[in-house]
Formats: sequence, structure tokens, C-alpha cells
Amino acid sequence: MLIEGKTGTWEMVIGLEVHAQIISKAKLFSGAATAFGAEPNTQVSFVDAAFPGMLPVINRFCVEQAVKTGLALGAQINLMSVFDRKNYFYADLPAGYQISQYTRPIVGKGHLTIDLPDSETRQIGITRLHMEQDAGKSLHDQHPTKTYVDLNRSGVALMEIVSEPDLRSPEEAGAYLRKLRAILRYLGTCDGNMEEGSMRCDANVSVRKPGGPLGTRCEIKNVNSVRFVMQAIEYEARRQVEVIEDGSTIAQETRLFDNQKGVTRAMRSKEHAHDYRYFPDPDLLPLVLDGKWVDELKSRLPELPDTKKDRFIKEFKLSPYDAGVLVAEQEAAEYFEQVAKNRKDPKLAANWVISELFAVLNRQNVDITKSPVSAKSLAGLLDLLEDNTISGRIAKDVFQQMVDTGKEAAAIVEEKGLKQVTDTGAIEQAIDAVLAANADKVAQVKGGNTKLVGWFVGQVMKGTGGKANPGMVNEILKRKLEI
Amino acid sequence: MASPTDLTIAEAREQLRARKLSSRELTQAHLEAMAKAKSLNAYITETPDRALKMAAEADGRLKSGGTGPLDGIPLAIKDLFCTEGVLTTAASHILDGYKPHYESTVTANLWKAGAVMLGKTNLDEFAMGSSNTTSYYKPVNNPWRRHGDNRPLVPGGSSGGSAAAVAARIAMGATGTDTGGSIRQPASFCGLVGLKPTYGRCSRWGIVAFASSLDQAGPMTRTVRDAAILMGAMAGHDPRDSTSVPRPVPDYETSLTGNIKGLRFGIPKEYRVDGMPAEIEKLWQQGVAWLKAAGAEPVDISLPHTKYALPCYYIVAPAEASSNLARYDGVRFGLRVKGDSLDEMYENTRAQGFGDEVRRRVMIGTYVLSAGYYDAYYLKAQRVRALIAHDFTEAYKKCDVILTPTTPSAAFAIGEKSDDPIAMYLNDVFTVPVNLAGLPGISVPAGLSSDGLPLGLHVIGRAFDEETLFRVAGVIETAAKFTARPPAVGG
Amino acid sequence: MSLDKATVARIATLARIKVADRDLDKMVGDLQHILSWVEQLNTIDTTGIEPMTSAVEVTLPMRDDVVTDGGYADKILANAPEPVIVGEGGFFTVPKVVE
Ligand SMILES: [Mg+2]
Ligand SMILES: [Zn+2]
Repeated sequence: MLIEGKTGTWEMVIGLEVHAQIISKAKLFSGAATAFGAEPNTQVSFVDAAFPGMLPVINRFCVEQAVKTGLALGAQINLMSVFDRKNYFYADLPAGYQISQYTRPIVGKGHLTIDLPDSETRQIGITRLHMEQDAGKSLHDQHPTKTYVDLNRSGVALMEIVSEPDLRSPEEAGAYLRKLRAILRYLGTCDGNMEEGSMRCDANVSVRKPGGPLGTRCEIKNVNSVRFVMQAIEYEARRQVEVIEDGSTIAQETRLFDNQKGVTRAMRSKEHAHDYRYFPDPDLLPLVLDGKWVDELKSRLPELPDTKKDRFIKEFKLSPYDAGVLVAEQEAAEYFEQVAKNRKDPKLAANWVISELFAVLNRQNVDITKSPVSAKSLAGLLDLLEDNTISGRIAKDVFQQMVDTGKEAAAIVEEKGLKQVTDTGAIEQAIDAVLAANADKVAQVKGGNTKLVGWFVGQVMKGTGGKANPGMVNEILKRKLEI
Repeated sequence: MASPTDLTIAEAREQLRARKLSSRELTQAHLEAMAKAKSLNAYITETPDRALKMAAEADGRLKSGGTGPLDGIPLAIKDLFCTEGVLTTAASHILDGYKPHYESTVTANLWKAGAVMLGKTNLDEFAMGSSNTTSYYKPVNNPWRRHGDNRPLVPGGSSGGSAAAVAARIAMGATGTDTGGSIRQPASFCGLVGLKPTYGRCSRWGIVAFASSLDQAGPMTRTVRDAAILMGAMAGHDPRDSTSVPRPVPDYETSLTGNIKGLRFGIPKEYRVDGMPAEIEKLWQQGVAWLKAAGAEPVDISLPHTKYALPCYYIVAPAEASSNLARYDGVRFGLRVKGDSLDEMYENTRAQGFGDEVRRRVMIGTYVLSAGYYDAYYLKAQRVRALIAHDFTEAYKKCDVILTPTTPSAAFAIGEKSDDPIAMYLNDVFTVPVNLAGLPGISVPAGLSSDGLPLGLHVIGRAFDEETLFRVAGVIETAAKFTARPPAVGG
Repeated sequence: MSLDKATVARIATLARIKVADRDLDKMVGDLQHILSWVEQLNTIDTTGIEPMTSAVEVTLPMRDDVVTDGGYADKILANAPEPVIVGEGGFFTVPKVVE
């Protein structure tokens, strides 16, 4: 996206660093639990609190999760990687260093495809993915003069996923985060919950004249929703344009996003010019992976959103847009496939899921796994629609009753007697009655006012409580009106 | 009968099993001796109640024919090992009042073997020193004295309290840790046997870390057999230490055959450092003669990078220490000195909590890791370290063990070398290369200096070949007939 | 290379060790002394030599993903200066931090 400034147009250059908490039972280097929301310091081992003489031992499953994620990003997996210590002092960093990976991360270059409006796509480069420990939590609002420290989160496994500065607008950044989150959820390597902080995003933002040299970047830390990330980038880019156009320069700094005011501000805590003094952690040895094990993980990867989308387009003849909407969440895609499989018209299934079902889910604001109408039940309803047992109009009423009562479509149609009337005799009777009662209008039609036919159809449908097959009504009417 | 405190661990073990002596009597005798030897300042914390309780339990086991390898044996523990419920200080002000809720793997192994804890011994602060003069709890005195000179001498360091305690018969044996010579140098200064095992042989879990890639725990005893007994109980694989090596622990005692026929022992020419006292050189030659007489064959070898080991060590060790000691920040345990901001609290706590030498090494370590200096210092040192390790690999193509002096001098007087840190560092010139290469090394008392102080010989082995070290050390011990006793205990 | 006060002051800040101005000169001297001594390493050619970071040959052992530790906040907080106990758990406390 281009910004119109006083001195011309500006281009945003955005790179994202995502910290994704790995789904695991125990922490990366200790046997303490990872569950969210426990009482302060109850899920802390002596290792997590960096007591004297404590040593780290790595969790195999966390390594597996990181490798799976790397494979899903089409990235190079490094069979030899090294854990380094990143040294700095902070209240919620008990050891005075974070065990991370610096020069030799477990995952190297990869890429991710983002979906843009009107079914355009773009490839965004992934620089690297490395494993590291999460820090504890500092609570600054509990006491007038003290900061409280809870180490429950200390030592939980993180994947830091770093993108190339390939993103050019808040929309692209949003699309990148949504796609990354979808992939992590498909894999089950991170729950992607930004509100609870299990997925956190730092945005590096700079501006430049299109095609010109890169500008100085600012890093916006820990923004906790996709929407806020987009707002923060928008605000920050415009701020930078103003600063530069007012003749001053951008200071490279870390900024925080205030989601009440919708602005970014420089961090107040005097950042001692950071010097992290990375060096290989002497308590750990190089992490060496077996290539066969990696191949096996690769062969067991689930079908990922992009592949699924292409398949839906081919297999079900869906529009790229509909397919995109349906694969955004793995559960929705599964639901759709159950409804659509061996159906004459899978597009019908797509329409019903996207318009009717999603509308209901939004109204009740439940996710699809808790849908009041199961995939099997919706399929049952569409069956009745397809074999003309009920009309489209009736189908919508039936669906609403399914939502309200949880009953199956067939049962509702049965007890409410909503079967479509297709017996010619009955329809002819209904039509004759209407024609007899409206001789004047019949005359007008015969006089050439064929527009009135629609009115007749409506009358007949009304007369049959909407159950008459609209197609047959039309056909017989035209014959009787001799047009 | 001589005081039970004079028994070796092996002798005491027989008497205990034969029920000629109870652990209670043995322990009581040591507690009384400790009370008389307070002036040595060997212990930071004495644990008489726990000792008597553990002794009673041991006697119970012995009554029912218990055969724990150390059942009823009273030991001293260097105060660098975390001991559950017992003050653990690393001889630093910054760990004021710290009582761990866990037990180090090595001490847990000792208690499992039936040993009795007498207390926690003094050391150089965070094991940083070679004279036990950097302890927040004041220096330790060496029970030995020069002939006709009553000035107190250093016991060596950093395991100085452990060495003094064992030499003064106020512990039958003790644990030490050795990062650059901290077991072998004090053993040499106090006339003891001290083993620094292969890196990865003893678990580091629960030992206050100094330099993680160099630290190893080991035994300090009055005889080689006692060291073998203690080592057997201390060693073993520990899944809680990623650098602990999964190898079965041999029965080290059975390696004491006295037979070294055909064994090739290397004599590294680079260990003839300038200014080395003639009596050290003489002792070394004596060692060569003893081993030859026992049927071993001397081989001239070269360890060309020896002279770079100390400067290499004084980059690598402080670098690791600067990071290992970052956790002492006044937040979760130990000393906190107030400050208006978090950073002020950190800076006050660490300025007052750490002594001069620790502050100096943390500063050096921080410097050599900092941006712009990392490659020139830290990476360079790690490359040199690789060359030093390679020297040994080459040497072991020609020989099975290497024989050197343990230290370039005998014990010195307190304050004699404290003005220049580098003069102090030179104590470890013969021991440091062994830590850098991760190899095992043992110091055995081999004779007395002209002024009557113990001197040790140093045997270096192949990785995980402690058995050969014990065998060779046993031969030296037999030949040396080292029976001298420190005057402090009526020598 | 020769150290200056500013560098030593910066290192002291990085290490979070307060060094009073009057002690800075001595500290500069001490560190300079040691650094010039270790710089003899520069006389060795180490081109093509891999840095040695560990003395053990084995590679990193891994544990299974099972919860085996934690759940003892009382012990975690037992040695803490000025802890705040809350229910089963509690907090460490430090001087207030402004972000
Ligand atoms: Mg980062
Ligand atoms: Zn990170």
C-alpha cells in the first residue's frame, strides 16, 4: 500500500517476527507443565526458576513440533543445530539468559503463500525458524511500587518464525498472520491464540520511496491481535512519513502499541544498548537430527490449507473465493467435505455452509465444532432439496427448525407435511380455481400482458402453501393460458 | 588403638562391617576433632545432628549386614554441592541464607551408598581461586607448616576446605570440584590423593556452576584406594545432566593390581617451565624412576600448546562464569541489596554480593563475549582449546598415561601471591590443560619439599580410563611410602 | 588492545555490577593486565580450526514429553526476598518496572 505524503508517495516495508508457543505437555528444558492460567509459580521447576546447579534437558516432542512446522513452510531442516545463550537481565528471565538458537537455527529458509483480495496470492519469504524458551510474566499493575513476577510461562517452548521484509501493507501483514495461524493449527503445533499470548507478533516497519533504499526500521513489540497488528503498522508507517517529511529522521527503536488510543510509542524503560553476548550453551550439546526421522515426519504431514483449497476448486468446482473461505479453518473444511461428498451439486453444499450455516454460527457465536446442525443433518436436508422432496424456500424454513429443535430434516418435513406437491391433478385443480376466480386478469394475459403470469404463479403457490413444484405450476399455467 | 579418625576409609569399612567399630563412634570422633580444629576454618557449616542421625541409620543397616559401599563413613562436602535443607553458600555473600530444596546427584549418590555428612567445607568464592583466600567466610589454613616457620599456609584451592579437612583428620574423605585444578592442586598442597574424573563421568546436577564445560566433581582422600571407593559411589550417568555420559561405572578398587608392566607413560617436554623449583624437577624424575622400576616404559612426548592453556582457560572459564552467575540477582534467593529501580537493585546486590575475584572474572567474561570482542577472544580461545585437546590425542598414540608434577611449587603463605592475579593463576599451569581437554587426572602425594611441605605427582589418562589412573597412582603411592602427617595433627 | 574507563563502565553495566567511579581506575588496570596477558593467544595460527565448545563426544540426549516436575510453589518461593503468597502459589517481587 502506498502512502500519499507532502513530498510524494511512500512504500511500506514490513517484516514480521512471530513467537508461537509450541503445543506440548511439558516445557522445553524441564518437566514442569505448560497449561495456561494456573496459579502463579505453581507450574515452575527449579530449572525454570534457574536455581543454583540446575541443568536443561530438551523435550523431544518440542523438537518434532518445530521440525513439522518447518516442513510445512517448505523450509530447509538443519540436521545439526546449536542452542545459544542470549544474555540479558530482566525480572522474568530467571537465569539472566534465554536459551535460544542464534547462528545455527533448526529451520532455515522457507516461504508462505498469502491470499489477497480477488483471489490473488503472493509468496512471502521465511528467513528462519528457531526454538527458544519463553520468559515468565511481569505484572506491573498489582502494587504501587513493585512489579510482581510469575514464572509459570518461564521455559515454555517457543518457535520464533521470522519473515523476510516482503510485506507491503497492513492487509498483507494480516493475511500473513492469518495464513501462518491456519498452518500452525492444521499442524497442531501452536493453538494460534493471540489473545492468550500463545502467538505473539513483533512488526518491523520502515518506509521508503518506491524502489528506493530501505529506511530505518522501528520494531513494534507484542501486539496481541491481527487487527491491532494491522492498525499498529498503519499508524507507525504514517508516523514515520510525517517525521521524515518534517525534516527529521527515524530513530531505530522498540515501540509499543496502545490499542486504546491506536498509537505506537517508544518504550520508556531505558534500553541499555543491548549486547546479548550470544555463545553456545555449555550445558547442552549440538542437536543432531536423523534425516530418516525428518522424512518420516514429512510423510505424515496433514493436507495443508493451500493444497486443500486447490483440491476443493478441482474436485468440487468451487470458486477460489469459496474454497479459500472453507479451508481457512480445518474444521470448516472437514464439515464442508462431509456435506459435499458424492453430491451431484457440491457447489450447493458450499453455498449452504458459507451463507446459511456460517450465518447461524455467527448469530449464536459458536465455532463449527459446536454447530447446532451436524454435517450429516445438513447433508440430509440437501438430499431432500436435490430430489425435489422440498422446494428451496421450504428448505430454508426447515433448516431454521433444525437449528431450533435439533431434529433431522426428514422428520420435520414429515410431521409438518412440507413435501412438495408434484401430482399434476392436484396442481391443475389449484390453477383452475385461481383462473376461475380471476377471469378479468386471464383476459388481460390473453390480451398480451404476459407479465401477469408471475402474479398467477404466486397465487397458486399461496393456494398450495408453497408446496407446489414451482416449475410444474409455470408449465401448466402457460398451457392453460395458451402462451 | 589409634584414634578412629586416623583410619582410612577402607580400614574403617572393614571395622564397621566386622562390628568392631560403630558409625556412631567413628562419627562422634570426627565431630570432636572438628570442634578442636576450628582454627583451620575448614568448614563453613557443620551438621553434627544430621551426622549422628545418619550414623545411627548406618549402624542399623550394618547390624542387618548392610553392604552399602560407604555405610557409616563420615565425609565432608564442598559447599558448592547443593544439599537439601542445609545452607549452601559457594563461599559467597550473595547466597546468604540459601537452603536448597533439592540434593545434588553426587551427594545423593553418596548418601545412597551409606555415607554420613559431617558438614559443608570452605572454598574459594564460586570455586574461583587456587588458595581458598577469596572465600566470603575467610581463608582456610593448611594443617601443614614449613619446618621452623609457623606462618599459616594456604591449603590450595578452590577445594581448600575439603583438602584441609581430610588432611587434618576431621573427615575421612571429601568431595571436591575441579574446573582448572581445584581438586588436584589442594590435594598436592595438603598431601592427599585427588582425582578429577573425565568430563561427563560425574553428574553436575545440583553443583553450583562455575564453568559448565570444565567443571567436574571428584574425590579427595588420604589413599588411592579410598579415592577409588569414593569415586565408585560418586560416578554414574544422570539423565538430568545432558553432558553426563551413559557408561557403566567399573569397580575402581579392582583396578588397584599394582601391575603396570609394559605400560607406556609420557613425559611432556613442555612441562619443564622456567623457574620451576629444582625439587619439583627432582620429584618428577623420582616418579619416572618408580614407574620404570615397576616395569613401565617412559616415552618422550610433546604437548606443544601447553603454554597457551592458561590464557585460553582465563577466557573460556570467565566467559561461561559471567553467564552462569547472572542468576544471582537478588530476585529469587540469597542476598538482595535494595535499589530504587530493578537495575539499581541488581547492581547493588551483585556489587556487594560478589567478592573482588568473582567480580573481576565476571567482568572479563562479559568483556570477551561482548560485541566486537567475541571473535578475537572467545572464539579464538575455543580454537586454541581444540588444539590443546588435539595435542593429547596425538600424545596418546604414543603412550597410555602422562606423568607430570601437579603444581610448580609447594603451598605458599597466605597473602604471598594475592597481589598479582596472574601469579596466582600460574598454580594451575599443569592441571588446566586436562580440564580443557576433558580428560581425567589424579594427584598423588609423592614426597616433601625441602621445608617439609607435601608435593604431588600428577597422572593424566585417556578419557574414561580412570582405572589405569588408579592403577598407576597406586604404584606411585606404594613406592613413595608417603607417611608424613601435618604437624597440626601431631606429625 | 587497551581499555578505557568508558568501556569498563559499559561492561560493568552489562554485567549489572555497580563500580564506583573511584574504583574504576583500579578495575581498568586489573582487566587490562589480564587481557594483555591472554592476548598471547594471537601468536597462534588457528585458521581452519573448529572452535571446541564441549569436551564430550555424545550428541544431545532428549527426554519424553511428560510432566514430571513443578507443582511446588512453596519451595520455589521459600528463599525469595519479599514474596507475595496468593492461594496455592505466589509472586516474586522486584522494584517497579516501567515499560
Ligand atoms: Mg527476536
Ligand atoms: Zn525470540
